[in-house]
Amino acid sequence: MTTGEPLIVLDAVNKWFGPLHVLDDVSLSVGRGEVVVVIGPSGSGKSTLCRAINRLEPINSGTITFDGQPLPAEGKPLARLRSEVGMVFQSFNLFAHKTILENVTLGPIKVRKEKPAAARERGLALLDRVGIANQADKFPAQLSGGQQQRAAIARALAMQPKAMLFDEPTSALDPEMVGEVLDVMTSLARDGMTMVVVTHEMGFARHAANRVIFMADGRLVEDASPAEFFENPRSERAKDFLSKILTH
Amino acid sequence: MGEFFRVLTDNGQLFVDGFTNTVKLFLIAAVGSLVLGTLLGAMRVSPVPALRAFGATYVNLVRNTPLTLVFAFLVFAVPKLDVNIDYFASAAIALTVYTSAFVCEVIRSGVNTVAAGQAEAARALGMTFAQVLTLIVLPQALRAMVPPMMSVFIAMLKNTTIAAGFSVLEAGAIPAYMAERGEPQFAVLLWITIGFLILILPLVALQRFLERKWRVAR
Repeated sequence: MTTGEPLIVLDAVNKWFGPLHVLDDVSLSVGRGEVVVVIGPSGSGKSTLCRAINRLEPINSGTITFDGQPLPAEGKPLARLRSEVGMVFQSFNLFAHKTILENVTLGPIKVRKEKPAAARERGLALLDRVGIANQADKFPAQLSGGQQQRAAIARALAMQPKAMLFDEPTSALDPEMVGEVLDVMTSLARDGMTMVVVTHEMGFARHAANRVIFMADGRLVEDASPAEFFENPRSERAKDFLSKILTH
Repeated sequence: MGEFFRVLTDNGQLFVDGFTNTVKLFLIAAVGSLVLGTLLGAMRVSPVPALRAFGATYVNLVRNTPLTLVFAFLVFAVPKLDVNIDYFASAAIALTVYTSAFVCEVIRSGVNTVAAGQAEAARALGMTFAQVLTLIVLPQALRAMVPPMMSVFIAMLKNTTIAAGFSVLEAGAIPAYMAERGEPQFAVLLWITIGFLILILPLVALQRFLERKWRVAR
């Protein structure tokens, strides 16, 4: 699964929100094709970590490298980098004034300057892949949460990204819709997509992740295989966290 | 009653000339302030601190200055710098400069009604600031901007009458001419009022039309 140079490298990354040290000397590397699941209590900095990788959150010190290049600070180079990293948000953030198909084709047409016909063809194929091809002409507000999140995944995939970031993709969903989104993510992982997934879905972490990162208080506390982490957590923080979420 | 209509028919050309200039001033300043105000609004929401500061300074400086003073600057002060502009152009520029500050704030408040996640998702796709604004944020902000924008333009249409004090023959200048001709002021002022009401009606209709057209599901 991991070949050659790592795709994403964070080295001694620090970030403060005012006095709050939200990322505390975090170093991490993610190989090509690797699926890394980030878990931890709320406020542990896991979402910030995920958002720092495409610089939606700027960092205060340290370096982040994507595909061998340090993250550009602003402007066109940063926009180009972002176009190569797909991002899926907790609250979907589909463009409310565009149809589902337009949501999926807008990036390829406007950012990649692809021909509308080609973008449309690939967009429809992606919507079919995530199981909502029949919703292509509807507006986001007309879809269920699970359908919206699958559309958001298709929108990110339409850019043919080198990696996908998922920031709690199932946390805003009704329980019966979580499965359909995780199924899409699992199939992506199987196809070899590089993924960083912030989630509370321990089932997904167990069966789809290559590595589990456990964060607490802005620090990266554990970095292990799922089997090792869930059966044999080393730190007290991780033991405590797992005992709270796995007992019921 | 006959006297009331006679005031209009006897002085028809003056009314036509006056209101024509009012409409011209309005249209030029409306287009100008829409362009300049949108640029200022974009500056105020941009990621560049220097542009944000410029936009904020412009708004605070111009919005808090009496319009008569802005006119006076352009008509009396600017020619002292050996810049030759006629009264009508000065009036159009003064109205544009002044109204832009208000348009900017309408644009900014419209932008603020769009959820932050929309712009974030657009940036995550690799869109530039201009693309985020024009493709994602402004189209969704339009509906919220229509009612306050119309108020700004209606106020601007009425503000054109200040140009009368600076040698521009527009609707606000009609009473002075009529006084010279010995016409009854009551009738004159009523006709001017009716003229403005008629001019403002299309703006109200436009507002209704746009609000309906840009209704979106959220």
